[in-house]
Amino acid sequence: MNRIRRLLAFIVPSWRWSLLAVALGALTIGASISLLATSALLISTAALHPSIAELQVAIVGVRFFGISRGVLRYAERLVSHNTTFRLLGDIRVWFYRAIEPLAPARFASHRSGDLLARIITDIETLENFYVRVLAPPLVALVALLGTSVFMGGFAPRLALVLLAFLLLAGLGLTALTLGLGRGPGRALVESRARLRADLVDGIQGLPDLLVYGQAEGHFQRLRQAESRLHRAQRRMARLTGLQSGLNTLLAGLGAWCVLRLAIPLVSGGEMQGVHLAVVALAAMASFEAVQNLPQAAQYLEGNLQAAGRLFEVADAAPEVIDPPSPASLPLQAAISVRDLHFTYPGAEQPTLDGISFELPPGKQMALVGPSGAGKSTLASLLLRFWDAPQGAIHLAGRDIRDYAQEDVRRRFGVVSQQAYLFHASLRENLLLANPSAAQDGIEAACKQAQLHDFIGSLPQGYETYAGERGVQLSGGERQRLAIARALLTDAGAFIFDEPTANLDTVTERQVIAALGQATRGRSLLWITHRLVGLEGMDEILVLDSGRIVQRGTHAGLATQDGLYRKMWELQNRVLFS
Amino acid sequence: MFSRLLRLARSRRLALGSTVALGWVSGLLAILQAWFLSRTIDRVFLGGAALQDVLPMLAVLLAALALRAAASGGMELTANAVALAVKSELRSRLLQRLSRLGPAFTGGERTGELSAAALEGVEALDAYFSQYLPQAALAAFIPLSVLLLVFPLDPLTGVVFLLTAPLIPFFMYLIGRTAENLTRRQYQVLGRLSAYLLDVLQGLATLKLLGQSRDQAGNIRQASDRFRDVTLGVLRVTFLSALTLELLGALSTAIVAVEIGLRLLEGNISFQPALFILVLAPDFYQPLRALGLRFHAGMSGMAAARRIYEILDTPLPVQPPAACPTPARGRTQSGICFERVSFSYPSRDLPALQDVSLEIPPGSLTALVGATGAGKSTLAALLLRFIEPDGGLITVDGQPLAEILPDEWRAGLAWVPQSPYLFNDTLGANLRLSKPGASHAEVGRALAMAGLEDFVASLPQGLDTPLGERGARLSGGQAQRIAIARAFLRDAPLLILDEPTSSLDPALESQLNAAIRQLAFGRTTLVIAHRLNTVREAARIYVLDGGQVAESGDHASLLQRNGLYAGLVTAQA
Repeated sequence: MNRIRRLLAFIVPSWRWSLLAVALGALTIGASISLLATSALLISTAALHPSIAELQVAIVGVRFFGISRGVLRYAERLVSHNTTFRLLGDIRVWFYRAIEPLAPARFASHRSGDLLARIITDIETLENFYVRVLAPPLVALVALLGTSVFMGGFAPRLALVLLAFLLLAGLGLTALTLGLGRGPGRALVESRARLRADLVDGIQGLPDLLVYGQAEGHFQRLRQAESRLHRAQRRMARLTGLQSGLNTLLAGLGAWCVLRLAIPLVSGGEMQGVHLAVVALAAMASFEAVQNLPQAAQYLEGNLQAAGRLFEVADAAPEVIDPPSPASLPLQAAISVRDLHFTYPGAEQPTLDGISFELPPGKQMALVGPSGAGKSTLASLLLRFWDAPQGAIHLAGRDIRDYAQEDVRRRFGVVSQQAYLFHASLRENLLLANPSAAQDGIEAACKQAQLHDFIGSLPQGYETYAGERGVQLSGGERQRLAIARALLTDAGAFIFDEPTANLDTVTERQVIAALGQATRGRSLLWITHRLVGLEGMDEILVLDSGRIVQRGTHAGLATQDGLYRKMWELQNRVLFS
Repeated sequence: MFSRLLRLARSRRLALGSTVALGWVSGLLAILQAWFLSRTIDRVFLGGAALQDVLPMLAVLLAALALRAAASGGMELTANAVALAVKSELRSRLLQRLSRLGPAFTGGERTGELSAAALEGVEALDAYFSQYLPQAALAAFIPLSVLLLVFPLDPLTGVVFLLTAPLIPFFMYLIGRTAENLTRRQYQVLGRLSAYLLDVLQGLATLKLLGQSRDQAGNIRQASDRFRDVTLGVLRVTFLSALTLELLGALSTAIVAVEIGLRLLEGNISFQPALFILVLAPDFYQPLRALGLRFHAGMSGMAAARRIYEILDTPLPVQPPAACPTPARGRTQSGICFERVSFSYPSRDLPALQDVSLEIPPGSLTALVGATGAGKSTLAALLLRFIEPDGGLITVDGQPLAEILPDEWRAGLAWVPQSPYLFNDTLGANLRLSKPGASHAEVGRALAMAGLEDFVASLPQGLDTPLGERGARLSGGQAQRIAIARAFLRDAPLLILDEPTSSLDPALESQLNAAIRQLAFGRTTLVIAHRLNTVREAARIYVLDGGQVAESGDHASLLQRNGLYAGLVTAQA
């Protein structure tokens, strides 16, 4: 019930259009019935050989209803579909706005393949909500009333019988379909989502599948998912068949009963013989009003499932919330971290266990340590993807929670571990960082990232399309693009998380030198486990198991007996052997 | 296109035929109904009969409508059977094709678009086969039957029917062509909408980083609006066709009614046949109208099918060999040879590999180093049979690699890629990718070798922990270690490692290097790296530069040469 109410709330903005569509729908059916009724009247009257003048009204009526029916239906279809698409656009945007604050914290438990199924498939399922679920009952109601009144004009008995059959075909069949259709409907939505998710796996993971010879195995899995979908569809078809048969039966039976009842009325003189054909044909035509109702019930179930899934995701509380009136963040902000603690939900050990440091504007700081020591987590916290339960992060003297998330993130130029490239041209990927950047700025950033020459070697240069997830670029090239992007943001502070992870040592040196130049005068947090190029850092923090175990400059730490020195020696073993 | 689609239904010929037959029977029953209805009314209205007199006819009427109901229900079932069989067939063909086209094809395409083709595209054919095709057959048979009956009764009406009926397919054809183009565009937009949304969702973290995530809502609205406009454009036209058809039907009924009425008036026709024709008129036009209604669903199916057949018709990169004496998989006696191999990616100017000649001797460790983009991963792709060389020859024990079936070849190798794919499944299932039947002990050993024991022990569900999409909960290093564990589990004679330790810190790197050393012992191994710790002990090191082999030798001799390799080593200090 609640879901229906929320879905209806989406329609409220365009209620006038909806009302118009319903009216048009009812009028269309009215025209349809009237066409046949008038034609029957025409012929029946003509059989009595009256003057032609008496026939004129019927003739005009027939022609009029013939035309109006088509025109009315056309108008009704356009209006209702227009409403539907508006509704859909609203739902899509509403959904995106609802989930946008949730990423990336919440997304770990959902697969984007699944998420895509939610958005595309479920929203497309909701496409049916207005046209096939909401409108038909309303139209039927109006049409039924009209038909009853019409029939009653000849004999109340006929109106009652017809109404009974109409309700049986309408409500009775609908109830039957709802009852029987719940299971198949749910199975349909679920199996379709599952199939789509498996398809995404099979296509994105194709290289791995092929190499390990599991392509066939995954293919079997897909076939299973497909048979599940087909089983659900078969059940649906059986239901539709039953429904279709009963529909035809009831319509025929209804008209038959009207005829059966009308005949004695004519014999007994209570009804004019001329009207016998009229009543029979009108009864036949009137079932058009209720023929969509059972189908509406089927669609309703699927719609509710889809809506339920959408609401479930959209209603999740975001991890991080903006304050009602965020403070404004200056361009150069001092960062101060005091006694920071953080544990991922569900983890037993804390990832950060009491971290403190100062990063004033212009200071270049490195954060090193073994994998899993918590370095990337610290970056996430600085970027406000999570909120720390204990300890504080201050920017420009105020708690980070006083600022809007977007402002905080815009202040940092970030290179993360797994750079994501969108399916768009290289230029567009770069422009994401700074939509108003000119070509000069883009090229300068790429030169600093040692990427410009490579782009020059591509036949389409900056217009080259990055394949999905930038797959056509090698790992190192993708990384350098991410670096160029970060440089383009022209931020006050930089956070680099393993920026040279996929680069060879020569390129690594070049990039580090260039980065040093580009970030001069601005704050820099350099996260790495490669101890390369750290000689110029103002301070190096060594992180181990969530704690800072050493602090100092490179020169100082290299001579101290500690983790830093150990890491240094391990890394450079290649020279000593 | 149509004939290809029809051929898909061949396996369900019976069901397809039954559908048409049932529809036709249903139509004949409708004619029967109309006959008895008109007779009954005639006898009561003009003949003054009482209820008892017409009871037998009423009984027949009842039977006819009951049978008609059964027929219409049965049609749904048979039509559905056809549609399901066709979809199943087409989908599996599509997926097999994609698998055989390989990452070279699917990598460049968008996953969203391809999944849209495989799911919604195939589903679009459901309407084509379960609704459109049967209706098309009915639209041919039933009006013909009605026509045959009506002509002897009233030639004039017959002529009206005859003249108006062909107008309907004619208009359908005219408007259908325009709608088809529009539908195709609509389908493309849907595919792009899917891919775009997938892109946005997968990169949502990046968008948030760049502060661009909120703006995407606007882009989504724009894309949705565009979709709406295009679809409405299609619908406006397809509804126009429905309008025309309905007008034709309704107006024709009106015309027939008036014409018959006038003739009745003049006494040129009697009441019963007149009423019979009137009752029949809707049934004459109904199949044609229904066809018009289902037309646009049919056209969507066609458009989807076109895209799918595009993929099915894409030529395969690797031609299976004529005769193939299968060598001991991956195990080689004299090694793998690259002789003047060249390869260029279609989207790039410069060749990725140019005249590369090198040898991978059996049972030893060969390393490939070089600057980023020097061609190392391309070489790996050639060995993995994802691509085939443009020029030159790759041989295994003297036999051209191209003569060995890719699947056979790959069965003998293990691969650790730069970005391993983690499936939405348990951790254990992801590990067992390389060897589904692995025992618990084997998996445990692989975990230990890859340094994952502690990590797995820390997880409350252990190996049964489900992994988020693309292993979202795992760090880059952990994902890489899973890939390494897979390779250990596989225990294959040929081992290819592409940057196996690039995301790892020095401590872990050295631990894994020890493990890799152990794994590579006695195996033919190719390591691609720029972490030089890993390649130090290689029997042979090739230095690639700009797609060509610049230097080769072992670590000591290369250092002495003081060339590129030496430069890379000193840069690391």
